[in-house]
Amino acid sequence: METNTFEPKIVGFLCRWCTYQGADLAGTSRMEYPPNLIPVRVMCSGRVDPSFVMQAYSEGADAVVIFGCHLGDCHYQEGNYKAMRRYHLLKKMIEELGIEPQRLQLEWVSASEGERYQKEVSRIFSEVRELGPLDLNNGKAQSNG
Amino acid sequence: MINITLNGKKLSVEEGMTILQVAQQERIDIPTLCYHPLLEPYAACRMCVVEVKGDSKSELKTSCNTKVQEGMVIETDSERTLNARRLNIELLMARAPAAKVIQEMAAQMGIEKTPFPIENPEAKCILCGMCVRVCEDVVGAHVLTFEERGFERKVTTAFNMPSEKCIECGACAYFCPTEAIRVEDFRGREVLHSELTLGPTTAIRIPFMQSTPNVPFIDKDNCIHFKTDKCKLCEMVCEPEAINHDVEDTFKEIEVGSAVLATGYELLDCSNMPQYGYGRLDNVITSLEFEHLCHASGPTGGKILLKDGREPKGVAILHCIGSRDENYMKYCSRVCCMYAMKMAHLVHEKVDAEVYEFYIDIRAFGKGYEEFYNRMQKEGTHFIRGKAAEVTNAALIPEEENKLIVRAEDTTVNMIRRIPVDLVILCPAIVARKDSEKIMKLFGLCSTPDGFFKEQHPKLGPVSTDADGIFLAGACQGPKDIPDTVAQGAGAAGAVMSLGDEVAIEPIFSAIDEEICVGCKICIGVCPYDAISYVEDKKISSIEETLCKGCGACVAACPSGAADQNCFTNSQIEAEVSGALF
Repeated sequence: METNTFEPKIVGFLCRWCTYQGADLAGTSRMEYPPNLIPVRVMCSGRVDPSFVMQAYSEGADAVVIFGCHLGDCHYQEGNYKAMRRYHLLKKMIEELGIEPQRLQLEWVSASEGERYQKEVSRIFSEVRELGPLDLNNGKAQSNG
Repeated sequence: MINITLNGKKLSVEEGMTILQVAQQERIDIPTLCYHPLLEPYAACRMCVVEVKGDSKSELKTSCNTKVQEGMVIETDSERTLNARRLNIELLMARAPAAKVIQEMAAQMGIEKTPFPIENPEAKCILCGMCVRVCEDVVGAHVLTFEERGFERKVTTAFNMPSEKCIECGACAYFCPTEAIRVEDFRGREVLHSELTLGPTTAIRIPFMQSTPNVPFIDKDNCIHFKTDKCKLCEMVCEPEAINHDVEDTFKEIEVGSAVLATGYELLDCSNMPQYGYGRLDNVITSLEFEHLCHASGPTGGKILLKDGREPKGVAILHCIGSRDENYMKYCSRVCCMYAMKMAHLVHEKVDAEVYEFYIDIRAFGKGYEEFYNRMQKEGTHFIRGKAAEVTNAALIPEEENKLIVRAEDTTVNMIRRIPVDLVILCPAIVARKDSEKIMKLFGLCSTPDGFFKEQHPKLGPVSTDADGIFLAGACQGPKDIPDTVAQGAGAAGAVMSLGDEVAIEPIFSAIDEEICVGCKICIGVCPYDAISYVEDKKISSIEETLCKGCGACVAACPSGAADQNCFTNSQIEAEVSGALF
């Protein structure tokens, strides 16, 4: 069997208080994980405007991941709940657009969970590699741009 | 004032005093058995009789409950008084021949044997009623009472049954003059290793010698007053009237600009590690308990003793109990190697015992530490490189009988060793406090994977935290020895001092473009800080910059694009996404 060498482009929105620090911890702890996820730092997962996600798809991202603090641990009290609500709506929307729902993920990683960050990124990477590239124009999906 | 004559001396005394009180004030000795200054006089033992001379006749009166009267002439050691006391003590000797205090008192009076028949040579009770009175009047438990009359009279509980009302305060035993009731009879007084208090204590006490503030506190769980609503003896004897049982805990809200967290640590609960027998086998104690045992103010006055009071001949100190252990805590607790060696030194200093240190690695990393390790080797401490696997009392050979056997793999000689000792000291892992999560929530902190508070940066911000104005000191941030704790504490204090009067806020806050806002108020609903208000006259929403913490929830929610976040503007993030996918 041919080995899958697809290198997906994944955009990750990382909350500044939990996951960004968790990722930092993974880095300072010299943990290895695929470099395909490019982190975009936001102050809170609740800051992630759905339009950022759609923009990422339209500009060539194969998947988008929103990372936040664990529920109840938000630095801004409830920002991750707001992110979760938008996530569920957004997931339905992308499905209607013909994008596989696995291409949008939401994960909670705290500042102390460097290992979890490494594992989640590795898992998402292999899942997206399995899915293959996102084709908005020639596949099922119809591009409106 | 009342004028009396006491043993020929004219005195002027206060009204209402008893003869005994006057005599004690004048330093005249009157023997008593049933008298206690904190109890109402009862005049049961009759030892305190004195002769009160009137104009025509003289009377024998019990001095403990006879109040002085104008013109009284009192003799405390007249022939008649002494004869009465002698007869009395002979009768008491016949009633309670085993009571030591009676024998001593009789010996003082020159009486060796009682002429009266002895019924029970074991008897100690003289029916003075001290216990009954204490139980009734002071404690208020109403457990003890007299039963029957005359020869049959005795102290007992209702229906001669163990009483449910007894609070086991021990007051009856404390007041009993003849040791007819003893605390030992209903509660052992051995050195208890299972509790950190290691032995009996009192309900009002100074927690330990160096406590701050160094004043006694009332242990509400054990204080008689909080069980029966009576007693308050301590209040009566405290001359400056400093004791007040009615004071309740109060909660004060204090407004501060910053806080230093120095909430400390806990030791891993060793009773969850059955292989070491803590809580199951006698004489297996933790390092903290050993420290308490060794302390001059400890239960044994600083002597190193086993539970049965013997001195140990062999002591094993087990390092890394729960530290550096995949099953418990992966990290090194840092301080144990050094304090374990200090404990070995203390054992050498105080008792003649062999000391065995079971270790994985000796981590003597600090200033002067390696030198101390070398000194301990010279002192004759046996260092066995191998983590103890088990502590057991199951002997295989005669030398192991009645010993604790520590089983470990000695990795320097590649063999399993069994070492019989008398005392085993465990060095448990230093762990984050159980309530640390609550504190983290309260102050908005995070923890590192080991559960300790997370500092802002492991190298560049070891004192500050992600929460502005909150600083860390000591073992709440991670296992730490004293010099490191002091250094971090000083660092935290310095960081607080350097904050000044003005607090700088983050430049990251959100703002609403007045030109674009349509006043839909969606942003007001999502703001967790009430930083957004609706401006009625302009029909738009507006953000108060100083209240805004810059989460950006409103920006993401704004349907018209009027709201934007400084430093994280929509266009900036969009450019970042584009850049990431370039």
